[in-house]
Amino acid sequence: MKHGILMHETDDDVGVAVRDLKKGEKIGAVTLEGKSAGSVKLRENVPLGHKVAMRDLATDASVIKYGRPVGRVVKRITRGAHVHVHNVKTLRWHV
Amino acid sequence: MINPAKLKLTGFRRADGRFGIRNHVIILPVDDISNAAAEGVASLIRGTMALPHAYGRLQFGEDLELTFRTLAGTGRNPNIAAVVVIGIEPKWTNRIVKEIKKTGKPVVGFHIERYGDLRTIERASRKAKEFVQYATELQREPFPVSKLLMSTKCGESDTTTGLSSCPTVGRVFERLTKAGATMIFGETSELTGGEDIIQSRCINRKVLAGFNAMFEDYTNLITSQGVDLLGSQPTEGNIRGGLTTIEEKAMGNIQKIGRCEVRSVLKPAVEPRGKGLHFMDSSSAAAEMVTLCAAGGSVVHYFPTGQGNVIGNPICPVIKLSGNPLTLATMSEHIDVDVTGILRMEMNLDQAADAALKSLASTINGRLTAAETLRHDEFVMTKLYRSA
Repeated sequence: MKHGILMHETDDDVGVAVRDLKKGEKIGAVTLEGKSAGSVKLRENVPLGHKVAMRDLATDASVIKYGRPVGRVVKRITRGAHVHVHNVKTLRWHV
Repeated sequence: MINPAKLKLTGFRRADGRFGIRNHVIILPVDDISNAAAEGVASLIRGTMALPHAYGRLQFGEDLELTFRTLAGTGRNPNIAAVVVIGIEPKWTNRIVKEIKKTGKPVVGFHIERYGDLRTIERASRKAKEFVQYATELQREPFPVSKLLMSTKCGESDTTTGLSSCPTVGRVFERLTKAGATMIFGETSELTGGEDIIQSRCINRKVLAGFNAMFEDYTNLITSQGVDLLGSQPTEGNIRGGLTTIEEKAMGNIQKIGRCEVRSVLKPAVEPRGKGLHFMDSSSAAAEMVTLCAAGGSVVHYFPTGQGNVIGNPICPVIKLSGNPLTLATMSEHIDVDVTGILRMEMNLDQAADAALKSLASTINGRLTAAETLRHDEFVMTKLYRSA
């Protein structure tokens, strides 16, 4: 299996694609320290630098990256999906 | 692992005991309308550099103080050997000259009124010629890393900066702290979502209270405009690079300080006192922030970038680090330290920090950075509010 996802913490909800990842690929994830963080099957294409969901995330759940909440789910996310501005918003600066 | 204390560094010792890594003679306009005269001198005299800018007239209060501090601090920076100051009238011109003179370096002021541009250019050029000949006689000498004052700020960030180039700088800053160097970071609004981390690093209650006041002030400024920063923070470039929220961006940003403690908080363009890491209240706009750091005495700057921010500074060499393979493939002429190996899982952070330290040492010893060779001389002053 090819490694293609880097994670800050093993328990983070999302990992970062280190190259353009294609739908249907099974991709291994590792942490910056080189620790294995499992694998995930891509549900859609995820470009280099964008995030992949490592687990299902319900609406209104916090998204954990760096071991901390970095946003709020605004549209249900399934494992292996592309996570970005279309399904996650900031927890700050509400207007 | 490279120990920064073992690096062989050379620079120009200034009269105030600080060391510069460049040896510029600058022609510094006090105000926007003196740019033409300053550029006139720089075009006549080889080895001089004019620093034109947009401000300096009818400012008042804290905004005026910041402009004075930025101009004087720029002249005071140890990378500057000598300064010719040109303003429209004598009073503000002399104020800048007086502040620069405290460092003991050669500085002289000229005002345009009662002379006109042409006679001012002639008089200033004669002095500039003397200064260049003085500066070109100065020799580099070895200096310890404990005499180094440097800064950091990232730009066009993406998820790769948080994974590679920012934590690389964090590792280097941890080593530099141990070696007794002095560092500046800032970007007040870009700490939003990670401000608790900075708070937990403040060395005492006074520093914490200072940080909180600056952070709240910035947050209040933003909300007083009746807007949020969505669209500005993260920027469109950040979003294209995969960053979704300000919190995520802030966490990447904060990696730059590693596990360092915050020794003091500084108003913009203020020179730090004491070693270790200092927080400077500052905009997150690249050219503004680096200009403020340089005015605070920083002689070299680490700039991690993801999508490829091309910024430079006329007096403070900017070292670019990137771990984004697409950026290295498409615009490598802007990047000094390639840490894409981290994303390919071929390089760890300690190896990346070694690469960054090698680049730092060669830049200090005279090698021009990518931004210097590409003439990225962005001198951009921070304006706090509108003029009278």
